[in-house]
Amino acid sequence: MNPFSSATRLRDMIRAIRACKTAAEERGVVRKECAAIRAAISENDQDYRHRNLAKLMFIHMLGYPTHFGQMECLKLIASPGFPEKRIGYLGLMLLLDERQEVLMLVTNSIKQDLNHTNQYIVGLALCALGNIGSAEMARDLAPEVERLLKFRDPNIRKKAALCSIRIIKKVPDLAENFINPAASLLSEKHHGVLITGVQLCVDLCKVSTEALEHFRKKCTDGLVKLMRDLANSPYAPEYDISGITDPFLQIKLLRLLRALGQDDADASDTMNDILAQVATKTESNKNAGNAILYECVAAIMSVEDNGGLRVLAINILGRFLSNRDNNIRYVALNMLMKALAVDSQAVQRHRTTILECVKDSDPSIRKRAVELVYLLVNETNVKPMTKELIEYLETSDPEFRGDLTAKICSIVEKFSPEKIWYIDQMLKVLSEAGNDVKDEVWHSLIVVITNASNLHGYAVRSLYRAVQEAGEQETLVRVAIWCIGEYGDMLVNSAGRLHIEEPLTVTEFDAVDVVEISFKSHSFDLTTRSICLIALLKLSSRFPSCSQRINDIIIQYKGSFVLELQQRAIEFNSIIERHQNIRSLLVERMPVLDEATHSGRKAGSVPAAVSTSQGVSVNLPNGAPRPSAAPLVDLLDLSSDDVPVRSSSGGDFLQDLLGVDLVPVSSQSGTNQAQKSGTDVLLDLLSIGTPLANSSPSTTQVSPSNVDAKSPVDLLDRLSSPSAPSVQVCTPAGSSPMLDLLNGFPSSPPISVTEGNGPAYPSIVAFESNSLKLTFNFLKQPGNPQTTLIEASFINKSQEVLTNFIFQAAVPKFLQLHLDPASGNMLPANSNGSITQKLKLTNSQHGKKSLVMRIRIAYKVNNKDVVEEGQINNFPRDL
Amino acid sequence: MIKAVMVINTLGKPRLSKFYEFQPAEKQQELIRHVYAVLSSRPDNVSNFIRSLGTVFGPDTRLVYKHYATLYFVFLFDNSENELAMLDLIQVFVETLDKCFKSVCELDVVFNYSKMHTILDEIILGGQVLETDSVEVMRAVEEISKLESTTSAGTMINKSIPSWWAR
Repeated sequence: MNPFSSATRLRDMIRAIRACKTAAEERGVVRKECAAIRAAISENDQDYRHRNLAKLMFIHMLGYPTHFGQMECLKLIASPGFPEKRIGYLGLMLLLDERQEVLMLVTNSIKQDLNHTNQYIVGLALCALGNIGSAEMARDLAPEVERLLKFRDPNIRKKAALCSIRIIKKVPDLAENFINPAASLLSEKHHGVLITGVQLCVDLCKVSTEALEHFRKKCTDGLVKLMRDLANSPYAPEYDISGITDPFLQIKLLRLLRALGQDDADASDTMNDILAQVATKTESNKNAGNAILYECVAAIMSVEDNGGLRVLAINILGRFLSNRDNNIRYVALNMLMKALAVDSQAVQRHRTTILECVKDSDPSIRKRAVELVYLLVNETNVKPMTKELIEYLETSDPEFRGDLTAKICSIVEKFSPEKIWYIDQMLKVLSEAGNDVKDEVWHSLIVVITNASNLHGYAVRSLYRAVQEAGEQETLVRVAIWCIGEYGDMLVNSAGRLHIEEPLTVTEFDAVDVVEISFKSHSFDLTTRSICLIALLKLSSRFPSCSQRINDIIIQYKGSFVLELQQRAIEFNSIIERHQNIRSLLVERMPVLDEATHSGRKAGSVPAAVSTSQGVSVNLPNGAPRPSAAPLVDLLDLSSDDVPVRSSSGGDFLQDLLGVDLVPVSSQSGTNQAQKSGTDVLLDLLSIGTPLANSSPSTTQVSPSNVDAKSPVDLLDRLSSPSAPSVQVCTPAGSSPMLDLLNGFPSSPPISVTEGNGPAYPSIVAFESNSLKLTFNFLKQPGNPQTTLIEASFINKSQEVLTNFIFQAAVPKFLQLHLDPASGNMLPANSNGSITQKLKLTNSQHGKKSLVMRIRIAYKVNNKDVVEEGQINNFPRDL
Repeated sequence: MIKAVMVINTLGKPRLSKFYEFQPAEKQQELIRHVYAVLSSRPDNVSNFIRSLGTVFGPDTRLVYKHYATLYFVFLFDNSENELAMLDLIQVFVETLDKCFKSVCELDVVFNYSKMHTILDEIILGGQVLETDSVEVMRAVEEISKLESTTSAGTMINKSIPSWWAR
């Protein structure tokens, strides 16, 4: 005997595995056992094959590979003894599957066992075939199974019936052979056989219309009678489940009736009475009874229309909704959702109960209920339904609020009868759960507000009130601040007050307070604070008395660590202090946001409203880096790329809010020309400041009298005519208007960074020695990514003046270098001036290789020749 | 049809798993883990039905579970079965186990898992309900046990048979 066969008994192995403290320990035990079993297999050990397979099945359940035991199953099945066969078949069902070719080898054994004299062995074979039979096996063994449907022992008949289901599923062509045997099973008295026979009929109906027709014609009456007998039958203890007669059989029968009645008026007619009887008479205080009722409702919904029955069925579901058992409520909601398609009127009647389910303690039921409510809302009931839902929002779980608010918002948006109601409801939602709503929600609220011109004042005042009470809800604050920025004047002077509004006294100071508090709040993110900052700028113009205070607030942020805030603060400060004359124009009220564009974007499509600007937008002033023909360009954006705002959650939409429609630029052919030199749109707008300051004759033309306040494009329109000539005049001056704007910090490097239209690259210190510092500023020409313009500037850190200064550079072959003459050859001492020199580098391997350069700098100090050399490897990538 | 039956203990160890629709072994384990993760995070006062089960089975697969002592009994099935009836079927299964093992506990399930399979095979065959009367199931299982012990008594492999019927 081999040394392994005396290994542990099954029970001991299970104990050993259970005793393992760690997964690694368990793996060890299993590995040892598997090794022993493999050894036994290769020894062809007969005595322990049976036990080894039992072990393997346990190991398989734990998730370890057991494929090596597959052949053992076949050997056990082929052996004569019952215990071996039993374990063999168990193993076959667990370790093998229909896809394995090994399975082919077992067909013959199964065939023999199906004809065995021992009915339990026949049972085993039927069970295996029913569980894992393949199409080939089904074809080969179908005659045996068909014969067994008439076997004397009912236990075999019922197994054969279920086995037949597997066969017809695998090979639908065989269905017709089973129609007659299945029909005769329906007249069985034995409960187990009957239930399997009914299931066989259900599946036959699925795969074969012929079978469906046959059963419809021949069996409907019999089935109805059977159902009636069951429903009326007195107490029959063996199949009762909590006092209901054989619920499983009733359910299967209803399922079959449903299949027969579907799309067939006659059959439906025959079964109407019994369905009504089951629906009314079945006890509903136990799960079993409810299961039957549930199935009955499903049947009624599927069979041909009978209005009375359907109402009855939906009422049963309504009753389910107030059942104490969660499961019953859950299935009822599911079924009601289906019923909605059939008879929405009847479902509407249970609206109140369904709304109650939104407050259920079970989250899965709440979720279903909200979905159902969502489907139930229509124009007529939207107001009361929304009221209920919003009231519930106050008490709902935090984790449920996301779902709930999404649904409420979508209901309000879809069915809102008027804008004021929409604004009111959204305000309630935002006040209650403003931190849980998605961005689209507050975006569309702003769009709606801008479009409701008669409600601007109302909206801003309501928002002001709401923020006083729910100032911690971030999205509410965003909308409120945005509106205060836009319509702050209406907040203070109560313009356009509706008769339903209560009077509200707000001073300009209060309005600024609100914005300032939110701006300084640390709990809000960058998007909110950016909105605040812009609102402040707008208010500085709307409330001249607060202008100084606002400027003070803004100045504090000139040193902010958040780049976006810092940059805006610097710009806005400059606008407030130096550009009083154009400030009011800059912060004009936003044009009405196009609802179609916005909803189009929400749906994920590209806004379609651009057609007029197609031709122009290609050479939009600063539009070069933008891939598509974007109609809206960020008005206040100095650096044309790399906008932090764009990456924040507000994304595109924010840009719209800050942006302005640039379509009218098309009339500015002159300006377009000027853009080539790399000026920014803001420069165009601001460049008008220069001629104005120079008392240019065009000043009068810019007078506000030209303003057509209703036109969304008035700002640029107004600017366009006078600016075209003036820009022409001033562009040769290069960046002077820019300097004018930014002269709060004359030496600032951002000029060169932002000047370009291409992506901005940070400057680098290319070379530094004891006496010299060399800085590179980069510039990309739009449309020519291979070429980089470099502005090299040299600073002399030493105490001595450097003369005869010569800079030389060498590059590898994939680069082309062009050096412009330097601005001088003398460098004053103590960083007291610089030499600049322009370089043009063309990278033929753009995108693959980075730039690299060797340099050599020669100069004279105290009449002594000095040469410094170095290699520059720290170019930004992608140049 | 019923797609799978699982018994998982409250620590996530599978105690019985039977799949009526083919799944590779790794998938089976993944599914068991997934089901356990879902079940273990569910509070007690909620319904016994779970709908969204990921992609291992089809999108229409539902799950019904019942929690008894240290074990979860889980049935996975498609839309051709009645959820409430499945709940009762779990009850039938557990009642039968209770009768077979005289108040069943997790240890019985662990050490007699091949008998568990025999019982399950008498209740569900090929994903369809075979028998719902626990007395009938008991009778069949006892017949098989008897047959096994008489046949094996005559053979030499007595010592190697798992002693599940000889408790």
